[in-house]
Amino acid sequence: MDDQRLETNIGNLLRAGVLLSAATVFGGGVLYLVRHHADRVSYHQFSPDGAVVQSFRGILKSAAHLNSEGLIQFGLLLLIATPVARVALAVAGFALERDRLYAGVSLIVLVILVLSLMRAM
Amino acid sequence: MIRSPVRGQGLATNSFMTALTFTFVVLAMSAVAGFLGALTGLGGGVVIVPALALALGVDIKYAIGASLVSVIATSSGAAAAYVREGYSNIRVGMLLEIATTVGAIVGAVLAAHVTTHVIAIVFGLVLLQAAYQSLFKSEPEDASPTESDALGKRLRLEGTYPVNGTRQKYGVRNVPTGFGLMFMAGGLSGLLGIGSGALKVIAMDRAMKIPFKVSTTTSNFMIGVTAAASAGVYLSRGYIDPRVAMPVMLGVLAGAFAGTKVLVQARVRTLRLIFGCVVLALAIEMIVNGLTGKV
Repeated sequence: MDDQRLETNIGNLLRAGVLLSAATVFGGGVLYLVRHHADRVSYHQFSPDGAVVQSFRGILKSAAHLNSEGLIQFGLLLLIATPVARVALAVAGFALERDRLYAGVSLIVLVILVLSLMRAM
Repeated sequence: MIRSPVRGQGLATNSFMTALTFTFVVLAMSAVAGFLGALTGLGGGVVIVPALALALGVDIKYAIGASLVSVIATSSGAAAAYVREGYSNIRVGMLLEIATTVGAIVGAVLAAHVTTHVIAIVFGLVLLQAAYQSLFKSEPEDASPTESDALGKRLRLEGTYPVNGTRQKYGVRNVPTGFGLMFMAGGLSGLLGIGSGALKVIAMDRAMKIPFKVSTTTSNFMIGVTAAASAGVYLSRGYIDPRVAMPVMLGVLAGAFAGTKVLVQARVRTLRLIFGCVVLALAIEMIVNGLTGKV
């Protein structure tokens, strides 16, 4: 498979990921508005207290309970996963081409991404 | 004109909105930002953050969290279209991602340790650059060298891109300079929740002598990966509030999609002028509010 074909497939996969994510966020958003439309909201002052939807475990748990904010956040996780998947596929693609230099380069990027996302575990 | 909210108060009417009103106002603003961002090539993040902070009094940390998410959406969403054009250089992109992702993590960690005034002022300066680019710059002529320099050759970075039906070769130069600029681009992306595509294009187009079209499409691919590197930090610190991020992500995505559809017929020159003036006004507001401690 040449670079161009590989890239086209990856591009289509990414778009599918974005659409899936957007659909999930939209679903969670509709649910949120149905349940909370009359809530008074203000975001003037940042407060780092929404612990439920800040960790992967918290997000999965609250999405599984069909909590609207958990569902939205789960959709956003899917979105954050799209570039990570993109880099992982590049590692595989370069490895298949036996391009060790760029398989290695892509692997470094993947490790950086995973280490960064581990913070939210 | 946008009025400057006093911290903790906002515009009198916005002090406490209902969730319904807030969602639809932000959805509309984000759609416009995404639309203009796609038409001008500057991205939606660069206007949505000041719009949320200045017009609705949203804390800048929620604004950059929501913006970061929308940046990933537009980058990943557009990837397929860009690949089809056959411009982006995956080797260049991947190599430079090492610099942007590390920079993004540094920037995202910094965002928690500097005051919001500093973030507002740095943001204002980035907006000034964007305004300048929108108002005065046109696409530069391509005069790329066909040969890479020694390091570029060792890293096999050269590529080809379509010109009038044939594929033309280009070389890549000054990799260390490009790498350094990309670290800065990543840092700004992590600090401000934007894609910092403009700086990425400068690094490739100016410093590394890569053709402009190749630079812009490779930059688009890099933006999503860079943003994903800060996302973990943003998420764990609570910058990504689902109630704010939901309308921003959906709005920007819809706006950007519409923007790419009308791009062909639009009078881009006029739009760039209008957009440039809006961005200039936002830049001044952000800097003034940052200096006077209102944001």
